[in-house]
Amino acid sequence: MSKEWPLWEIFIRGQHGLNHRHVGSLHAPDAEMAVLNARDVYTRRNEGVSIWVVRSADITASSPSEKGPLFEPANSKVYRHPTFFDIPDEVGHM
Amino acid sequence: MYAQMVKSEGMKSRDEMSAEEQAFQDRIDRGEKIEPKEWMPEGYRKTLIRQIGQHAHSEIVGQLPEGNWITRAPTLERKAILLAKVQDEAGHGLYLYSACETLGVTRDELMELLHAGKMKYSSIFNYPTLTWADMGAVGWLVDGAAIMNQVPLQRTSYGPYSRAMIRICKEESFHQRQGYAIMMKMASGTPAQKKMAQDALNRLWYPSLMMFGPSDKDSVHSAQSMSWKIKMNSNDELRQKFVDQTVPQAEYLGLTVPDPALKWNEDKGGYDFSEPDWSEFYDVLAGNGPCNKDRLGARVKAWEDGAWFRDGLVAHARKAAARRTPAAAE
Ligand SMILES: [Fe+2]
Ligand SMILES: [Fe+2]
Repeated sequence: MSKEWPLWEIFIRGQHGLNHRHVGSLHAPDAEMAVLNARDVYTRRNEGVSIWVVRSADITASSPSEKGPLFEPANSKVYRHPTFFDIPDEVGHM
Repeated sequence: MYAQMVKSEGMKSRDEMSAEEQAFQDRIDRGEKIEPKEWMPEGYRKTLIRQIGQHAHSEIVGQLPEGNWITRAPTLERKAILLAKVQDEAGHGLYLYSACETLGVTRDELMELLHAGKMKYSSIFNYPTLTWADMGAVGWLVDGAAIMNQVPLQRTSYGPYSRAMIRICKEESFHQRQGYAIMMKMASGTPAQKKMAQDALNRLWYPSLMMFGPSDKDSVHSAQSMSWKIKMNSNDELRQKFVDQTVPQAEYLGLTVPDPALKWNEDKGGYDFSEPDWSEFYDVLAGNGPCNKDRLGARVKAWEDGAWFRDGLVAHARKAAARRTPAAAE
């Protein structure tokens, strides 16, 4: 069995109530150490108030070859954007 | 630079490219980012591993010359600052190793290549740091030269590399400023301190110019790397920018750049300056610089001495996991 430390993906939530955001990855022997290492590497300048760590191996990603079938259907559905509809000025802000 | 003389696979003309390669080049030309699992030419992948790996190695080997002074910093505040700077460099190494790993190598494999002398790190870190003034000159000149190279690399075509560069650039200006602040203190200090500052500049000036690598005007490797947008400027271009930026900073300090041929050239709007001794550069790259053996020796020793500890943590993690789910551990 490999003695290499597994890879973890690190997510940090900043000060202002936004979502946790992926900031990078690191190696650690277990989840506890991954959190500590993430503290040292990714929050040295007050970048965060909360850390999530996930083993990279546990992430399922969409494959680049599926890009078309997955994301192209949205291109033709412009009516999902509010700017699709012309509302007369007299109606006021909407 | 932090990555010097990276060999890239031979340049192909449009006609020689396969349809896939043409589409790939078009994406890069349009300014799209290439992401890890997407198709890429084997040469692009290999060149990036060499370049990002060398860059990562430079970050962590670069900790050694500065680490040399942490215990001897003149005040507690200077010590805390230097410690923070050196810790940042460890982080830079990590960001870059992670970026490199997305290309299908592991960090341990990269370490082994470094330790076996099969991958390089920047020539600059094979020079010694003899006095406290060197901590000033390193921050000012070495991090300054690194910034020159890293800022344009934020726009590189490979997504993970670009993101690592953005993160690194945010931290670099602290490095350069703390170095320049040391130089200001030394240069305005006693005559002996000013002499130390001048001596540090004398010793580190040409090695800093070497960081950009030899002229690459006619290099095929550079042409390929530039069309792939993993190299953004020519070595000479960046070196010129560095000299133009640094000379006035030296003047402000009242220090003399150790180059009698240094002269403002009105026509080109930049300084004329002497080339470093390139035979010295090749010699340092070949392993014969003043500190090559020390630097690599220190890395190998840290790696080997830490093995029992790294393995112990893995054993502990496995036992703890087994305690939580006895069945899964079988
Ligand atoms: Fe760095
Ligand atoms: Fe730095």
